[in-house]
Amino acid sequence: MDAIIENFFNVPIMVKMFPFLLSGFWWTIKLCLLVVPLGIVSGLAVAMLYATHIRVLKWLVIIYVDFFRSFPPLVLLVFVYYGLPLVGLELPALISVVVAFMLNTSSYYGEIFRAGIESIPRGQWEAARSTGLTWLQTMVHVVVPQAARNVAPDLTSNTLEVMKFTALASVVSFPELLRQAQLAQGLTYNPTPLIMAAGMYLVLLWPIVRLLSRMERRMLAVR
Amino acid sequence: MPGTRGAVTPGPPILDVRGLRKSFGPLEVLKGIDLLVDPQELVFVIGPSGSGKSTLLRCCNRLEEPSSGHVWVDGVDILARATDINAVRRTIGMVFQSFNLYPHMTALGNVTLALRKVAGFARPEAETRGHVALERVDLAEKAAAYPNELSGGQQQRVAIARALALEPKIMLFDEPTSALDPELVGSVLAVMRNMRASGMTMVVVSHEMRFAREAADRVIFMDHGEIVEEGPPERIFGAPEEGRTRAFLASVFDR
Ligand SMILES: Nc1ncnc2c1ncn2[C@@H]1O[C@H](COP(=O)(O)OP(=O)(O)OP(=O)(O)O)[C@@H](O)[C@H]1O
Ligand SMILES: [Mg+2]
Repeated sequence: MDAIIENFFNVPIMVKMFPFLLSGFWWTIKLCLLVVPLGIVSGLAVAMLYATHIRVLKWLVIIYVDFFRSFPPLVLLVFVYYGLPLVGLELPALISVVVAFMLNTSSYYGEIFRAGIESIPRGQWEAARSTGLTWLQTMVHVVVPQAARNVAPDLTSNTLEVMKFTALASVVSFPELLRQAQLAQGLTYNPTPLIMAAGMYLVLLWPIVRLLSRMERRMLAVR
Repeated sequence: MPGTRGAVTPGPPILDVRGLRKSFGPLEVLKGIDLLVDPQELVFVIGPSGSGKSTLLRCCNRLEEPSSGHVWVDGVDILARATDINAVRRTIGMVFQSFNLYPHMTALGNVTLALRKVAGFARPEAETRGHVALERVDLAEKAAAYPNELSGGQQQRVAIARALALEPKIMLFDEPTSALDPELVGSVLAVMRNMRASGMTMVVVSHEMRFAREAADRVIFMDHGEIVEEGPPERIFGAPEEGRTRAFLASVFDR
């Protein structure tokens, strides 16, 4: 028992390492605040391009989505982070990480939105277009609001995945929460910081988990 | 006798369809339709399933792209390259069998969307007009209700208000009462009767033969993508000339 406390719940280490981990926590939050909205917006854009039914666009979207869904995100991150400077494109670390994540997450969000948009009956389109709304107006005011509601649970659970997934940035030494926890573990020769990091992730993610299960219950009730 | 004019008002027709053809792949669904609809006229279209009635209506606002022919609405060539189809559609109301209300918006929201986004009214003005339109379909008190809180008949009336609010030149109805329980049909027909009385030009595809007899200026019988016969309701229902018309009417009235 003592050994467990000593190694995983070591209070002096917690106190000492807290500010260090907190700085990582903030970076993780910043990453989430950038990657999630950008992923959602670009995913929506991808799904809308697909829905134009313009053959060329559709094919480009399919290639984009398939590629980035099957490309290992870790390799993608390393590529963007270390590869782009080699071809003369120096990006700040934060930007490279966000770009790499966005390429990946937009394709996932895109697939979710695509399914949502396709779930809207044709009659909705016809009614809206018959009153003179343009394609884009119909998309924005009629189709997307309903589509987003239909796929809200999928969007939320994907968001949860994306937020956890920001920990991957540790492989390029980005000072987010997991990276800082690993450093702290190395400094203290003690895994307590990892437990602290887990606690911080919990604080960040638990409200979303709650939200998700509430939504899922509501969707079940509606059916 | 294609192109026969109704007996209501002289003057330029509201809807002028000439030589309209439409094919889906190898299947020719409209085989050269000629149709003139005068201001304030109510034209009733009947015909067997698959005869092309819906396709004809949908070609009149380009929900379906005609393969060839011409369509003028209130003098505007809707197939011309230079025509802004979205502006024209505002003047052509369409009512669907399945209502197609926007489920995420209230009745008022459904009615005001195009008023704001297409007609360009600011929200207060759009809402004033929306309330007037809902009043015309006798649903003033349901402005705040969502579609799933309304009966089928009420939903269809909201859908009519949505089109009416834009002050269309003509209204196209595609089986507006076919999805309704029998006891709800009357409320929708009553609204259509009022619209006719107030001078709206209407093309109605429907199986409500009693309504046709009483309200239509002209009945058109379609079969296999052609207008087989047309004339005033008394003649089409009372003394049809074509065998196909007689056979169709017999099958309908047998039921
Ligand atoms: N989008 C489409 N693609 C292929 N075929 C179509 C399409 N829309 C209609 N059709 C075909 O065109 C023909 C005419 O259809 P339409 O819906 O105009 O008939 P209708 O007279 O309205 O019939 P109903 O009384 O059953 O509504 C039918 O054979 C139908 O299968
Ligand atoms: Mg039809």
